[in-house]
Amino acid sequence: MQLNVIDKKILEEVADLHGIPIGAYNIRKNGEGAGRKSTANIEIKTKADKPGIDVIIKPGTKGESVHIPVILSEDINDMVYNTFEVGADSDVLIVAGCGIHNSGSSAAQHDGIHEFFVRKGAKMKYVEKHYGEGDGSGDRILNPNTIINVDEGGVVELEMVQIKGVDKTKRDTKVVLGKDARLIVTERLLTTDKQDAESNIIVELRGENSSAQIISRSVAQDDSRQIFHLIMRGYNKCRGHIQCDSIIMDNGRVSSIPEVSAFHSDAQLIHEATMGRIASEQLIKLTTLGLTEKQAEETILKGFLK
Amino acid sequence: MLELIDVGVSLEGDNGKVQILNHINLNLDKQKLYVMTGPNGGGKSSIAKAIMGIYPPTSGKIVMDGIDITEQSITERAQLGIGYAMQQPARFKGMTVRDLLTLASGDNAEKSLCDLLFDVGLCAQDYLNREINASFSGGELKRLEIASVLARKLKVALFDEPEAGIDLWSFKKLTETFETLNKIYDMTIVIISHQERILRLADQVIMVAGGRISEITDKDKVLDEIEMIDNDCRCRKACEIRGKSNAAECNR
Repeated sequence: MQLNVIDKKILEEVADLHGIPIGAYNIRKNGEGAGRKSTANIEIKTKADKPGIDVIIKPGTKGESVHIPVILSEDINDMVYNTFEVGADSDVLIVAGCGIHNSGSSAAQHDGIHEFFVRKGAKMKYVEKHYGEGDGSGDRILNPNTIINVDEGGVVELEMVQIKGVDKTKRDTKVVLGKDARLIVTERLLTTDKQDAESNIIVELRGENSSAQIISRSVAQDDSRQIFHLIMRGYNKCRGHIQCDSIIMDNGRVSSIPEVSAFHSDAQLIHEATMGRIASEQLIKLTTLGLTEKQAEETILKGFLK
Repeated sequence: MLELIDVGVSLEGDNGKVQILNHINLNLDKQKLYVMTGPNGGGKSSIAKAIMGIYPPTSGKIVMDGIDITEQSITERAQLGIGYAMQQPARFKGMTVRDLLTLASGDNAEKSLCDLLFDVGLCAQDYLNREINASFSGGELKRLEIASVLARKLKVALFDEPEAGIDLWSFKKLTETFETLNKIYDMTIVIISHQERILRLADQVIMVAGGRISEITDKDKVLDEIEMIDNDCRCRKACEIRGKSNAAECNR
């Protein structure tokens, strides 16, 4: 597998990789496989009927990771379907970043459909980072579609980060939780220039004593726009909490359209949303420590999106 | 050390400009501890904010070690060695106690950060990695604010009602910390307070009312007055000193 300097930089940005990953991995570059490794407990197979892979994690696998980064360095339209079977009682980390380097005038687009089956008692942390770069005028577009089914007692931690260079994104996420299953979603989004971002998250709390927490933080700078549809539906005795915080700068625009729906008398669902500028007392505090206003602003944003 | 010469401050209000400070003349000496007291809304916090540069003076000037700092920004004044612990500190989503104290001190050594928290009565193990968000109580936030000022090697430290929200058990530790800063680290300290126990720390007491400094006096004089008044209660002076709103109704 040949990775050039740009590829390596993108891998570092989207998957914190400084070389070939340890453990199982599948690297996709410009619509084609660019490297793969299965391990004794994690098997990665090419799908027979459509582009993409099946990742099968054996029950009881603990402390292992799977990296499946995608690199686009040409102005192409890439579509991929990945399916993950996370075996019962396993505890794994899955990192699936996507980075685009577009130096052309046409759009480069990656649409990824990821479906997860998290089996009984399994614990999965799924990290999805999106990143764009390149001096071309072509748009960098990323549209992830993530569907997660969590069986009894399963725990899913979902970390979705987009902090630079993606011109358009529409991310659709749907999670269905079974009995005693737990979900923690942290979403971090920064848009600049004229970028557009839409995030739609639907969580269905189907099982008794299931719980979910969504913490979404975003910053809209320049003329960028963001729309959030954060939806939580409780069908059983369950607990859910959505917290959506946005900082608006320059001419940025943010819309947050929540839905919390209870279909059971013991469903407890909360939605909170705050939007506004950086609080002046925060800026004052940091300037009294000797930071300039610009440094204070950067420090606040860095912490907020951490 | 730090001199306010005929300083006035006006702020934009709903009905135009409002003069909040008038003819403030104040000379703060090196290594002295001042307690600023007086009725609520009298201008104590505004004087501190004028010194820090949060409220830029609209008249007069502020001089520090012979340098006119009247036109300097908050950042420049902070870099000269002025610090301010806010009365109502800010919360920071995503920023941890460790992040804030490291920023303040420029030192991320675990021991230094732990010592700072100890000085304000917080357990480092419980707090260092905690996010400074809504989960912080008012008292916890206040202590962290004080720690962030202690972290800096300041020439002039301004504390705006530092005792508010601090429990009795931590109060003694806090007063000891102020004394140490003042005597060992040569820091000029100004504490805005209504508390007798804080007044007892003062080298001098600055009385502020109606946007002016009404008196700069010895602490014993003020404490004697409080003692006398306590025996007969409801005295205008005591009410003023303690910032009670019924001062005007006092007949004595």
